[in-house]
This record gives sequence, structure tokens and C-alpha cells, in this order.
Amino acid sequence: MPFKPVILWTDALVFLVVFIVLVTIWHVRSNEHLLAPWRRVGHSASGMSALTVLLVFIFIGLLDTLHFRPALPHTDSAGKSVYSVEVLSVLDIMLTPLRANVEKTYSAPLATHLHTKETVDLPDGSQIRTFARLEFGGAHLQNPETEHLQDIGWRAAAGAGLGLLVWCGLHAILCLLMARRSSNNFAQCFQAVWRRTTEIPWYAVLITLAIITVLTGVIGMLAAHYHVLGTDKVGQDVLYLSLKSIRIALIIGTLTTLIMLPFALLLGIAAGYFRGWIDDVIQYIYTTLNSIPSVLLIAATVLMMQVYIETHPEMFDTIAARADIRLLFLCIILGITSWTSLCRLLRGETLKLREMEYIQAAHAFGVSHWRIVSRHILPNVMYIVLIATVMDFSGLVLAEAVLSYVGVGVDPSMISFGTMINAARLEMAREPMVWWALLAAFVFMFTLVLCANLFADAVQKALDPRIKTYRHYNHPANTGHSAAPATTQQAAATQSTATPASAGTVNRPPQP
Amino acid sequence: MSALLEIENLKTVLHTGGNPVRAVDGLSLAINKGETFALLGESGCGKSMTALSIMRLLPDTGEILSGTVKLSGNDILQLPETLMRRIRGKLISMIFQEPMLSLNPVMTIADQINEVLKQHLRLNNEDAQHRITELLEQVGIPDAQRRMHEFSFQFSGGMKQRAMIAMALAGQPELLIADEPTTALDVTIQAQVLALLRRVQRQRHMAILLITHDLGVVSEMAQVVAVMYAGEIVEQAPRQSFFAQPAHPYSQQLFASLPAKQKRHQELAVISGTVPSLSRKFTGCRFADRCTYALARCHDTEPQWHAIAGNHKVRCHLYDPAAAPVQDKPISGTALKTAAAPPQSPANEPLLQVAGLKVHFPIRKGLFKRAVGQVKAVDGVSLNIFAGKTLALVGESGCGKTTVGKSILQLIEPTAGNVRYNGNELIGMRREQLRPLRSQLQFVFQDPYSSLNPRMRIIDIIEEGMNALNIDAPAVNSQASQTPLSREKAIDALLDCVGLPSEAKWRYPHEFSGGQRQRIAIARALAVNPRLLICDEPTSALDVSVQAQILNLLNTLQDEFRLAFLFITHNISVVEYLADEIAVMYLGRIVECGRIDEVIENPLHPYTQALLSAVPVIDASSAVSMIKLKGDLPSPASPPAGCHFHPRCPHAMPVCSQSYPAVSTISPTHYTHCYLYSQEHDTD
Repeated sequence: MPFKPVILWTDALVFLVVFIVLVTIWHVRSNEHLLAPWRRVGHSASGMSALTVLLVFIFIGLLDTLHFRPALPHTDSAGKSVYSVEVLSVLDIMLTPLRANVEKTYSAPLATHLHTKETVDLPDGSQIRTFARLEFGGAHLQNPETEHLQDIGWRAAAGAGLGLLVWCGLHAILCLLMARRSSNNFAQCFQAVWRRTTEIPWYAVLITLAIITVLTGVIGMLAAHYHVLGTDKVGQDVLYLSLKSIRIALIIGTLTTLIMLPFALLLGIAAGYFRGWIDDVIQYIYTTLNSIPSVLLIAATVLMMQVYIETHPEMFDTIAARADIRLLFLCIILGITSWTSLCRLLRGETLKLREMEYIQAAHAFGVSHWRIVSRHILPNVMYIVLIATVMDFSGLVLAEAVLSYVGVGVDPSMISFGTMINAARLEMAREPMVWWALLAAFVFMFTLVLCANLFADAVQKALDPRIKTYRHYNHPANTGHSAAPATTQQAAATQSTATPASAGTVNRPPQP
Repeated sequence: MSALLEIENLKTVLHTGGNPVRAVDGLSLAINKGETFALLGESGCGKSMTALSIMRLLPDTGEILSGTVKLSGNDILQLPETLMRRIRGKLISMIFQEPMLSLNPVMTIADQINEVLKQHLRLNNEDAQHRITELLEQVGIPDAQRRMHEFSFQFSGGMKQRAMIAMALAGQPELLIADEPTTALDVTIQAQVLALLRRVQRQRHMAILLITHDLGVVSEMAQVVAVMYAGEIVEQAPRQSFFAQPAHPYSQQLFASLPAKQKRHQELAVISGTVPSLSRKFTGCRFADRCTYALARCHDTEPQWHAIAGNHKVRCHLYDPAAAPVQDKPISGTALKTAAAPPQSPANEPLLQVAGLKVHFPIRKGLFKRAVGQVKAVDGVSLNIFAGKTLALVGESGCGKTTVGKSILQLIEPTAGNVRYNGNELIGMRREQLRPLRSQLQFVFQDPYSSLNPRMRIIDIIEEGMNALNIDAPAVNSQASQTPLSREKAIDALLDCVGLPSEAKWRYPHEFSGGQRQRIAIARALAVNPRLLICDEPTSALDVSVQAQILNLLNTLQDEFRLAFLFITHNISVVEYLADEIAVMYLGRIVECGRIDEVIENPLHPYTQALLSAVPVIDASSAVSMIKLKGDLPSPASPPAGCHFHPRCPHAMPVCSQSYPAVSTISPTHYTHCYLYSQEHDTD
């Protein structure tokens, strides 16, 4: 076999999460009343755009999660193939040129020369200090001073053209699929998309896709011959580092949240719902935990973990496995220290909810505590959970950067936004300044967190049955998607039954 | 006398959702100096929007499209905002419905009144303080010198509304807009506040625009009445002629849907349908769809104003002199249908016996949460409820009525006493033991907005109790067919029984109006075949016409299924209409209990007398002198010694402050606790 698959601990957990998500989607799809609110997510233009970008991020992250060890060209004495100790991912293979083209040290984005002067031996034996040519970046240019800009321009234009071509193909596939599902022909579907009469705002998705494909095309064309985002101290391509960091950010964001949620949900709701001594104990626990500086706790745990890893080298056959177990424990300890704030919020909300009359009505029916919590309280606090987890997501990615700074973050061999930002600390102090690594980390993190926030916003709006999402069609007799008339009917039905006071108000606040 | 405020063809729209909502659509009115003008209407007909348009305090989505609002001849709609700010509080001021929400909890009362004074009158600090004291004294706040430096949460509800009135009066306005000023208050406090408003008006010669949905308040206060429906005024008349003979079919229906003693065992008149959505376009009369007298042209021609007599005018085709003869002019009350009087069941064993029920909440303080005192929310209540009968529990808010209801169902753990249902003692039962009995006793809550989980569909809400108690088919269905129905069919039948379409089960609660939600809450309770329904103010959050629908529904259910009701309310007219027996509660104890006719005809306890007299009477001719109660309900944490009522009682004697009076039995069914009547010492 030319390679040997490797499943690291975090990979396994990621696959588990993906599996759970797929099962949930399948379950929701088979239940009409569960599906309806998710359809409303599809009505939000910003939500769908954000989802498109998020899916690209997740796709990159998943590619980076498929790990394997390539076979080395020689075999061992028994004739078995020997596998490399280096663990690679599918993404690494796709980005081989980026990964392999390592310069000497810093170089600015799209540069042809190094960022710093160094002593170069001339063929005649003398030495001068100059900006040396890069080994890979712009190496094909004979005369960089005159050809450089022109070359970049042509390659960017070609990339953009290619991107547009791909986009047109995607657009055509979409319209073909729509035409197959509805009775309309291709041209009608095309018109419906751009007149914005489709149920799902495909125009928003397509515009976002256009931006993504054109950007990818441009970057892809340039990256073959340049370092699009420059190189770092040891000459690694910053674009490659940024793309590799996405997986770590997603893992820290999702796994930590998954570890934190059971604590926060269970303890928060239990404290608010049962009151009495249970409440006292839980409050005591989280107040105590909160008053210990979390950095201390994390540092202690990570250092202990490090010692354990170093004294048991036989348990980890590759460097990647060691780095991975450290990442997993970082997630766990971050989760354990960060559940308190959500727990406190949930306790407060549950205290309010338990006095609501519908909970008392449930008591009057003798409904069990478990069912009251799962059917009445949990759905009504989900919006807090959703908001808090998305807000925490960005906080956790940043926490990783802070911990890397202290030296207790991810393994130094692991590439993450945290290590990039940490390195930028010194780079920003240089003269001339090295700004591109920080900018790259910033742009990637910003896009990721913004999209997560926008998408969570759309989901929260759609899942709240009190908020009605009205769709306004430009053409009342719409020729768009087949499901569109159904929503207009629904909107009309809700409008006719609503009280006059609320008929016009889109968002009716819950009554005090 | 020239008009102080003249509104001409005011049109206000709200830009929300798809179509603009025409909240006020061509409204004209005129208010004279010193006059009380009542704007009457159900919720959602644009009353409050009218008030906010006059103040120019509309929400951001609101817009005044056209019209003039002239204050002493000046059109205030044309003024720039800076000048308008000088008018608000100085010439026009406003008091709001919720005194709890309209005062800032982090400012003292004096500071809040001072804000108005600073804005409109140039007073030095000392004069301002003096003026604040004067204002607070004027609105009847005792010990104003000291209390003005307190915060709003230290004031009771009635006191807050008084402080609010003092603030409104601070700028010495010529026009006071009172938006439902007493809706959130108890009847005795309402009477105090209304009397205060009348007195202030006389002293100041101020005009009041009173916005209310309560016909009783209108008849007590107003000189001119205007009935508003769907954004426009449909009838305007002086009070006497309005109450003597309401002309518009809508006004008549409003009167007919009021519950009262005379209408017992009759079905209340109900206005079919709901107030139309104001976002739609109207072609004819806005009331035509719900009107029982609608003519063909009501649907296509907008009616014009027709004068009936003097200042009494109405916007209705029935009064068009050019139209067909008016012999079928509606007379209120004809729509009433007499139902058969319920059979007199012999008084046997009561269904539910409550004896000496006590619910005390400990007040905890300090590090170790030691109990330092007790709030005696319910302090020895005894009741008997018979199958198929209705017992009304009446009292002001805070007297422990709701706690009684909830502790009967063991939703709140009682401190002492007995609750026996069909011979089973409920107190002390464990959760699992109680479960079989849960289906027998059910609760209908006050607020239909918070009693249904907003994230569950109606079918899930109704099914919940059936699932929890393993009930397959509610009794509602048993008459319809003998074969057991499927769960879904059973729910359809249940919804049909409370007058909702069966598609309703797939929707979420927010898609229904208040009245419909209350029906769903009733259907949920009925799903488990209860014998006793505890209704906690089920209609207090609803409009009069919707209240009539719910009361009719309760009446029918009682006749059909021989349900017993414990009806907790503060609304005396509902009690007179619905109840067989009445228990009057004051500060955790029952002060008087008896058959409805005995108590209403011959109230013995001074508190009952005061409560009954404080109810605003619609009949303008009646001359019942009102017994005014001093002060507010004392705190149940430290009830007065002796008879709890003695600090407010007009007949208090020295003995009253020493010990609680024992029972005085007037007849086998009627008893009271008062020293005015002969005491029995043997019963204890």
C-alpha cells in the first residue's frame, strides 16, 4: 500500500461530530415540523452567504483531518513497505508546492527578493550585502524589476478568468438541478435566481461563490510561482500556514464547546430548576472554579500532560500523535474551565422559566422532571446556548493564541493561528516591519468568526417560532421555486390569525 | 366654550411587516376645557396610537400621514421638535398603564418630578422641593416630606400611579392623557385613583383624554364618550345618552357581552370574529363583517356620520334618515339566548374540601439563610366545592387567592391544613401517588401568553397531559362516538369543543390571539377529563367581547360535563354572572362566604361591602354611595394585629385590633368573620 492511514484522537472526534451532524440532518429531513424552521434558515441571505463560506472552511478543515503516512521508497528486510514518520494530510498533498517551497527567511507577499539584506557571494569571489533573489518566489522571471508587475497582473487575470469559468459551471449545474426539480426550464430558473424570486436566496450564495472562486483562482495561479502571503521567519509559506491553521481553529472551537456543553447544560439547568441544596452545591462549584485564574489551571494541566508525554515516548509513534494528544487535552481543559459563564446564564434563565405558567401546567399534569426539562426548559434556553457557543468560539481561538504566548498552548510543531500571532509579536517590532503573517492570521480568523456569527444569527432567528420571517416577492405571480407559493400561504395564514395588535409587528416580544 | 384640543382627520400608520398598518384612520375629535373625554375600545383598535400621535411620541416605525392636532388653535403637528418638547409635560402630559414600568427604579420620586419642573418651570432648589411636596400631598401620598425621597419600588402599585399623576401634574398641564390609568390596579385602588383624577380635574379645570376599555370606568368618569373601532370613531355621545341608549351595533354588542347578575344562566352575547387586521383596506363599514344587522351596502359604502339626538352621533347606515325604515333598529339584549337553568342538585358530599389551609413562605436572611419571618400568604382557608358548581374566590391582588389555587393542586407545598378530594387527602402525597389524581384537578392560568410553551405546537401542548397521565381519549369524545378514537381525532374533537378549527393543532401558540390561546389552555386542561377546574383569573387579560366568549365556553362545559369550578377573580361582575357560591378573601383569610345571592344582596363584612361598592357601575342612574377604603393592602409578612381589616375598616371598634373575630353564621350557607355580628365561641 502506498500509504498507511492514521487516525489521531482529534480526527476520531471530528469524524464523530460529522457523523452526529449527518444523523441529525437525516432525522430532521424525515420530520416535516422539524424541517420547517430549518427551511427558514434558508430564507436568510446573510445566513446562506455565511454558510457558503463556512462550508469552504469546514471542507478545508476536513481535508486536513484525513491523515496518513506515505510509504517510503525502500522496504525493510522482511520486504514490507516502510512508512514515513511524517504524518501528512490530504491537504498537505494538495498543497505540496506550497509546503515544499521553503525560502531562507522572511519575504513580503508576492516578492521576488528576500525581506532582509544578506551577504551574497558573487561569482567573482567578492561579497556584497543585498536583497537576495528568492529561491522559488518569482524564480521564473529573468528580469524581476521590469517583468514583475506585469507577470503578476497576467497571472491574476488568468486566475480570475479561470475562477469565473468554474463559477459559471457551478451556476449552470445549479440551474439544471433546479430545472429538474421544478417544471420550469433552464432559462426560467436562471431568471428566477437573479430576480430573487427563489425560496432560497441563491443569488446571495452565487455571489459569495463567485467571490470565493475568483479569489481561489487568482491565488491558485499566483501561488504556483509566488508566495502570495509572503513567508515567515524560517521561510515557510504563510498561505500554507494559514490554511493549516483552519483545522486547529475549528477543532479548538468545536471540541471545546462540545466538552463544555454537557457541564453547562446539565449543571445550569439542574441548579435553576431544582433550587435548594442542588443549586447551592452547583453555585459553590462554579464560583470556586471561576475564582481560580484559568490560565494557572490550564498551565498546570498542560505542563503535567507534557511531562507525561515525555516520560512515555513509547505510546506515541509519531510527532503528530504527540502534538495531537496535547491538543486534545488543551481542548478538554479549556472546556472544563470555560463552562461556568454559560452555566450561570442558563441557571438564571431557568430560574425565570421555572416560574412560567406553562411549566406549572406541566406540573399539574404530573409530567416528570426529566420531561419538563427536556421538552419545556431546554428548547427555551437553546438560543442562549447558540449565542454563547458562537461567542465562545472566537474567544477560544483567541485563548489558544494567549496560551501559546505563555508557552502552554498547542505543541510548537503544530501550526495554528495562535502560534502565528505569537510569532507576530516579535515581527511587528522589527524594522522594517513584518506585517503579513499577522494580517493573514487576522483575515482568516475574522472571516471564520464573522461567518459563524452571521450563520448562528440566522439559525437563532429561524428557530424561534415567535419571530416570523416574511418573504417579499418582487413578482406576486412568481415563476420560481415550486415551494415558494407554500410560504406565501403560510405567511397569509399566520397573518390572518394573529391579533390586530400583532398583525403588523414582525417580532412579537414575549409577554411579561 | 372653545375646544382645547381639536383633532381633524388624523391618520397614523405603522410601517411594519408587509403592508402599513393604519392604526389611526381619519380620526376627528374635540375636547373642551375641563372636560373628560373617554376613548373607548378593545385592544388593537388604535386608542394608544391616537394618544401617542397627539404627544408626537410614536415609535420609529410610526408616521403621521395627514391631519391636524390643534391645541388652543395651534397645530402642534407642524411644530419643530424643540418647541414640542416645551409642550409635552407643560401643556399636555400623559400617564401610562403600567405604573411599575413608567417610573425609573434608580431615581427617587422627587428627582423624577424635579425633572419635569426643571424642564418647564424655572424654580430654585428650595421652591422645587416645596412644590414636589405640594404635588405629592395633592395626589394623596401620606407623609410626602419623607416619602418623596424614596424609590419607586418602595411604593405600592396605587402609590406609584399617584406619583405618576403627580409627575404629570407638575407642569400644570391643560390636557392630561390617561392611557388605561387603572387597568393594572385593584378595584378599591382604582376607585381611589379615579376619585383623585376627578378631584384634580375640578381643582385645575383640566381636560382629560381618558383611554380605556372598561365601560364601568367610562361611566364613572366621562362627560363625552367616543367609541373607537378599527382605527376610527364609530360613535360619539354625551355620557347619559350613550349609556341610556347606545346606538352603534358595536357599542350595543359591547354592553351585551358584559357579564352581570341579570344575565345568569343565559348565554352572553358574543361578537363573532375578531377585530379586523388594520393593514387591510376597508371598503364599507369596518364592523360589517361582525355586525348582526349588516345591510348589503354596509359592505361596500362607508357610512357617514348621522346625528341621533343633540350631540349624539353615530357612523352607521342603520341611522341614515334617507335609508329604509328603522323599525328593525337593534335593541340591546335581543341577542341573548336563554339556556335551561341547571338542575338543582342536592347538596351532598362536597367534591373538594379544603380545611385550615395554610401556606407560609419563610423570609430568609443572613449568611445561613435563617428564617427570620414568614409571609402568611394563606392563613387558614376553608372551602367546599360541590360537583358541577362554581365557587368564586374574590379578593384584591396580593391577598393569596392564586396561592390557594396552586396549593390545592400541590404546585405550592402547603404548610398546614387539609385538602380532601373525594375523600383522598392530597397534602403529604408523594409525586407518584399524586399522579392518578392529577387528571381530576386541573388549572387554567391567568395569562394565556405565558401559559403555553412558545416552542411547542398545539398538538404537543394538548398531548402532554394525556401522555403524562396515560389518557387515551378525553371524555369530550365519548358522546360523539362509542368507539375509541385515535389520539389525533381525540384532539380534533377537543379543539372543536372549545371552538377552534382542527388545523390549529399544527400551529404554534404565537399565531393565536389571547382569547384563542385561553381556549387552547382550556382544551389542554380538558384533555385529561378533570372533574374540577381551578380557573385563575382566566379572563382578566382579555377584552370584554372575548371574555364573553370564554365565559360562555366555561358555562357550556360545566353544563355538559358537570365540571366544578374554583373561579379565582377580582372581577365582581364575572362572579355575579357565573358563580354559585362566593368566598371573599382578605390577606390570606376568608372574611365572608356564602351563596352568591346572599353575599351580593346582603354583604355583611365591611370589606365585602367596600369591594362591591368600589366596582364601577355602568348604570348611570344608580346612586350607590361608594365606601372608600383608606390605604393599601397591608403586607402579609406583618399583618395587623386582630382583625386584619381593622386599619382600613370604617366600622372599626377597639376589640377589632385585639383578636381575630370568630365565625358568625348568618345562615347554613352564609358566614362571616366580623365583630359586628354575633360571635360563636363554641365552634373552633
